[in-house]
Amino acid sequence: MSLILDRVMKKFGSFTAVEDLSLEIPENHIFGFLGANGAGKTTTFRMILNLLDQTSGTITWNGERIDYQKSDEIGYLPEERGLYPKLKVQDQLTYLGKLKGMSKKDALHELKHWLDKLKVPQYLDKKIEELSKGNQQKIQFISAVIHKPKLLILDEPFSGLDPVNVELLKKAVLDLKEAGTSIVFASHRMEHVEELCEHLCMMQHGKPVLHGNLREIKRSFGKKNLVIQADFDLSFLEDHPGVLKTKRFADGVECQIERKETSQDILQQIQGMGFVRKFELDEPSLNDIFIEKAGESYE
Amino acid sequence: MNQVLMIFSLKRLVNPMNKFWIVFFHTFISKIKTKSFIITTALFLAFIILMANIQSIISLFDQDEMDRVGVVSNQSEIVTLLDERLGGTDIEITDYNGSLEEAKEAVTQEEMVGVLEINQTDDQLPKASYHAVDYTNQRVETRLQNELEQIKVEMATNQAGIDPEVIASIYEPLIFETEIIADGEGNSSVKTEEELNIARGLVYVILFLLYFAVISYGNMIAMDIANEKTSRVMEILISSSSPVSQMFAKILGIGCVGLLQMGFFLITGYIMIMQKQEELVGGFFDAFGFSNVNLATFNYAIIFFLLGYFLYATLAAMLGSLVSRTEDVQQMLMPNILLIVAAFMIAMFGLGMPNSPLVTISSFIPFFSPMTMFLRASMLDIAFWEIGLSIFILIATIILFALIGARVYRGGVLMYGKSSSLKDFKKALQLSKKE
Repeated sequence: MSLILDRVMKKFGSFTAVEDLSLEIPENHIFGFLGANGAGKTTTFRMILNLLDQTSGTITWNGERIDYQKSDEIGYLPEERGLYPKLKVQDQLTYLGKLKGMSKKDALHELKHWLDKLKVPQYLDKKIEELSKGNQQKIQFISAVIHKPKLLILDEPFSGLDPVNVELLKKAVLDLKEAGTSIVFASHRMEHVEELCEHLCMMQHGKPVLHGNLREIKRSFGKKNLVIQADFDLSFLEDHPGVLKTKRFADGVECQIERKETSQDILQQIQGMGFVRKFELDEPSLNDIFIEKAGESYE
Repeated sequence: MNQVLMIFSLKRLVNPMNKFWIVFFHTFISKIKTKSFIITTALFLAFIILMANIQSIISLFDQDEMDRVGVVSNQSEIVTLLDERLGGTDIEITDYNGSLEEAKEAVTQEEMVGVLEINQTDDQLPKASYHAVDYTNQRVETRLQNELEQIKVEMATNQAGIDPEVIASIYEPLIFETEIIADGEGNSSVKTEEELNIARGLVYVILFLLYFAVISYGNMIAMDIANEKTSRVMEILISSSSPVSQMFAKILGIGCVGLLQMGFFLITGYIMIMQKQEELVGGFFDAFGFSNVNLATFNYAIIFFLLGYFLYATLAAMLGSLVSRTEDVQQMLMPNILLIVAAFMIAMFGLGMPNSPLVTISSFIPFFSPMTMFLRASMLDIAFWEIGLSIFILIATIILFALIGARVYRGGVLMYGKSSSLKDFKKALQLSKKE
């Protein structure tokens, strides 16, 4: 059960939205899909869902082309949320469930199960427009998973939710993964991606710029983060060889260094300069990598 | 093994059809449950019942309400004549004993609707002036004037010594008959006057119904699609079932809503006619002759109505898929509305002149033919191949528009932003194809 994209390209007239994208998303995995706004994420999802035809390349699910025969196996939470505002949660989700090949009875049963799981059983008979944005979001999430999809595409699933509900939904996503669902997870919130995904792909102007295992990506990025908290002035670090960027805080600095060896130079240099409360060498965060990769094109 | 394969492929076949019906029923049921549908239907039914009972309603308010007119005159002979002539109408004249000024005063007190002063001219003929507080009750005024006019003519002819019979023969209407020249075999190629009236009545009704259906249900379809786009539920819908099947499920679903609504109207109308048959004889309905419409005309009515609906509905769905805000729907539907208005105008003109070349030509042009070909088919005796050709062109156009519409729809539903131009049409087509 895996989703394979092979050298997929999509052109709109003369504009290339997605270029040479090859991915493999295995079963039981949450695959992170990153990219700045307009990087081609939504276009890729639409191609996976067969809403758009790719200009070239192939997309297969279990070795077969995806068409509307397969749509029952796929769940989709689009970034632009929307449900029928005037319909009751119950009517709405049984309709959407039926469109995914469920019987009305099963759909209602699953809906109640999910409402309980997300701690909002009281909304069964409410109209969507009466719910808060966060609660609409939960209903929308249910609409993507109610039919137990084997492939689930989540585009910014946690936006607009408070931290408690983010945890609730995160747990739901992890449960789905455990149950064997392949999940494509797109988000701008790097900490969520770091937390949930082992594999990821980062898009930039329609091209994949990073692709692979999260740990390997971090390691191969080479640059490290160095955090120093000390009582003396650390501004000399800005001109220190091997230091790429520094960010000053009230009680210290955080700098990006080219190689881990650089940290040892700095450690020697600050010895005897005063009291050092913290000296920490860290892997770069996905956030740093994203900013670097996505930022390159803007420079 | 073979059997398993067959069941498998059958399931594949059945599945999308299943979703078509899910969308169809959802559209149908959610539409007939809306307040606007219930209210419009109720209003129309009330209107039909009201119109059918209009006679009794008017007389209900008008019960023995006589318009009293005072007469100030020394010409008792004329007054008597006038009184005789007004017998049986709802105008009652009474001799007013008093001066004109007093009579006018009585009018302002609303004791009478007006006062009529009758004098004699130098030629011994009546002359009158009518005094009322306003001009609103022209009916009384006109009636009085007409009656006095006749009295005057009578008196003048008497004075001139002309025999009343001569006068009668002068005023007798001309005998004028229209006869149709039959061809060699004795068959007339034209429908009789009576047949034509019957056809005209039905054509009239169908034209109105089609006009109403295209405007309101076309709008409903486009609105529905625009709503799904505005609320962004569309993206979920089209990831579940194909946009093309959704489009047709909507067209058919709303078509059935339309048929249901029209069915209500027609049944109510029919019941009303049945109940009021005696009252209505010789009235409006007789002129339109609903009593004995021939079967072919009925069949054409149904065929052209359905084909007309599908053609315009497909266009509406296509246009509706291009807008992303419901506010833009009206603007986008302009072509649709202009076409149906043009068709309606031609057809209205054709009611009086079904033979005109304009009607003949337009009966082969798809957007006009549902109205004009139906008009020709039911009012004229035209060759069957003409009707067949027109239906064929119509069906071909519907298929063509359905194909184009399906492609535009597929791309259109993915397009957001301000849109209301032909450029979007091209963009939508581009979105839906590879390349």
